[in-house]
Amino acid sequence: MEAFGLLLHGFAVLLTWKTLLLMMVGLVLGIFVGVLPGLGGPNGVAILLPLTFTMDPTSAIVMLSCIYWGALFGGAITSILFNIPGEAWSVATTFDGYPMAQQGRAAEALTAAFTSSFIGSLVAVLLITFLAPMISSFALKFGPPEFFAVYLLTFCSFVGLGREAKHKTVISMSLGLLLAGVGMDTVSGQLRMTFGSAELLRGINFLVAVIGLFGISEILLTMEERLALRGHAAGISLRVVLSVWKDLPKYWVTLLRSSVIGCWLGITPGGAIAASFMGYNLAKRFAKDPESFGKGRIEGVFAPETAAHASGTSALLPMLALGIPGSGTAAILLGGLMVWGLNPGPLLFVEHKDFVWGLIASMYLGNVVGLVLVLTTVPIFASILRVPFAAVAPMIVVSCAIGAYAIQNAMFDIWLMLGFGVVGYVFKKIGIPLAPFTLALVLGNRAEDAFRLSMIGSGGDMKVFWSNGLVGTITTLAIVLLFWPVIDKAFVGLGRLLRPARA
Amino acid sequence: MSNTDIEIVVDDPTAPEENSPAVVSTGVVDVVVSLLLLVLALVLGWDNWRTGASWDSTGPQPGYFPFYLSVILGGASLYGLGAAFLSRREAAETFVTRAQLRRVMAVFVPTLLFCLATQYLGLYVASFLLIATFMRLVGKIALWKSLLTAFVFTAAMFVTFDVAFDVIMPKGPLEAALGR
Repeated sequence: MEAFGLLLHGFAVLLTWKTLLLMMVGLVLGIFVGVLPGLGGPNGVAILLPLTFTMDPTSAIVMLSCIYWGALFGGAITSILFNIPGEAWSVATTFDGYPMAQQGRAAEALTAAFTSSFIGSLVAVLLITFLAPMISSFALKFGPPEFFAVYLLTFCSFVGLGREAKHKTVISMSLGLLLAGVGMDTVSGQLRMTFGSAELLRGINFLVAVIGLFGISEILLTMEERLALRGHAAGISLRVVLSVWKDLPKYWVTLLRSSVIGCWLGITPGGAIAASFMGYNLAKRFAKDPESFGKGRIEGVFAPETAAHASGTSALLPMLALGIPGSGTAAILLGGLMVWGLNPGPLLFVEHKDFVWGLIASMYLGNVVGLVLVLTTVPIFASILRVPFAAVAPMIVVSCAIGAYAIQNAMFDIWLMLGFGVVGYVFKKIGIPLAPFTLALVLGNRAEDAFRLSMIGSGGDMKVFWSNGLVGTITTLAIVLLFWPVIDKAFVGLGRLLRPARA
Repeated sequence: MSNTDIEIVVDDPTAPEENSPAVVSTGVVDVVVSLLLLVLALVLGWDNWRTGASWDSTGPQPGYFPFYLSVILGGASLYGLGAAFLSRREAAETFVTRAQLRRVMAVFVPTLLFCLATQYLGLYVASFLLIATFMRLVGKIALWKSLLTAFVFTAAMFVTFDVAFDVIMPKGPLEAALGR
């Protein structure tokens, strides 16, 4: 009940004309970046971050999170109308969404996608409302060893549970952690890895890296392919919306299952991509006629969209409660919090109640307003795709440069952004994942500080990470997750060995 | 017109041809990247060793944590090098075709020149030049449309960042002549 009272307080903080206007601006900008090829949630939030530098933290984070909701909604438009997934998590939506559009049911598919996005996000926001304060009050008891163990768990689960080649995830993560250490050492004040360069004294700002890795590299990749589009135009009428909503109770199992999958994979760093595919596959598996999937079935839109949005939203839970982002975009939002001098983690709930509950309230309001906005403006946003890419690409490059420069007012950062753009392009093409790199770059200094403080406290004894039940459990779990593929294989092999013996 | 009719069509006059020859295979790029990462790991490892990668009276020295990360990066890069040599599938895959590379360069080179121009002419003039030139030369869009779009976008950025949100961008001789 305490959470409910605090949430009402959050709405009171939020309900000012200025904040509501910023929310609308954020949502429109978000849908815009979601629809545009070569942009998406993480890039949009990173590029538009400088717009918020002069705002108070609550207004700024509300606008940024609304850009995020808007981008999530916008991605579905291109998937359904043009068979072009704006984000990797929209791929599963194209399986049934595009066939529906081909059958003249584009409006129905879009309504289903937006509504299920809303439901997935709503379930995740409810989870954040009631779970995040509990986790954060529990985490207040954490010391440096517990925090390092949680960071280790996050890193290890990326390596162990990720779909990419393990050594490539390790490369991405260790490179991110190393680059986070460039500049002045926060404990001793000594310079590290600067090689005499005055520009590197500031360190490598992770937002500059993100703008290059995601924004510039995406432009290079998009340009590489054919940029011709053939798609369906769609306008959504109130009759179609009401008819889809009337049928919603029929699909409650699919919606609930996908929400649970999404929330689970969002809190653990499984990600929205895995969630959307898992949601789709399970809906197909439990269907009475699985062969109808892929031919324009509405459940094939409900399942992946609900799971992806539940995952994308619940990734903010560990960011708020523990200061550990569950996704790339959550990592960028966390960077935003740091820019305004806020320290994400358990203390945020104690020291900045207005901010946290204002943000959580904005998640509810942003989703409701976002749903109404996308349902009423689809034709306008779909027509953005008529703008030639040759006009859009240089504008995105300029926006990226503005974003990179504004963070530290340094020309060097524009060059750094370009360098990261090339790195991102090559990494994406050879399968080195970028999400672990971003996460490591954000968490690097915090993880190192927690490690050093733990080691100083224990006099260099590694046993500190097993010194009590809590830290020992988290560290052991981290190691189990790191070696999960090996453990999994061993179990499968053992099962095979035992089966003939039993027979 | 029914909903099934195709209503939005955007053609791409500069699309890469399908049968363009490969410039380099994924396997070769994998090997080169692994080698570069290995060199980076060695350089960073050496620098951290020099800074101090052991213990002193106050605890771990500044280079301790990054030194071991350099070791992990070096180890993973070595593994990647071996895997790239052994993988036949990656060796056969095309990293980029000649036509694709031409298109990537059509974005990369103007972006590089834009960064250079920003340093000397300021961000807004460089932005105007990039957008107008790119639209005209790469997109083959009418000159007046290219100039107008570039002007409107640059002006909108100036008003948004410099005037409304007080985010100061790099300026050049034009802004100085106009007293900004």
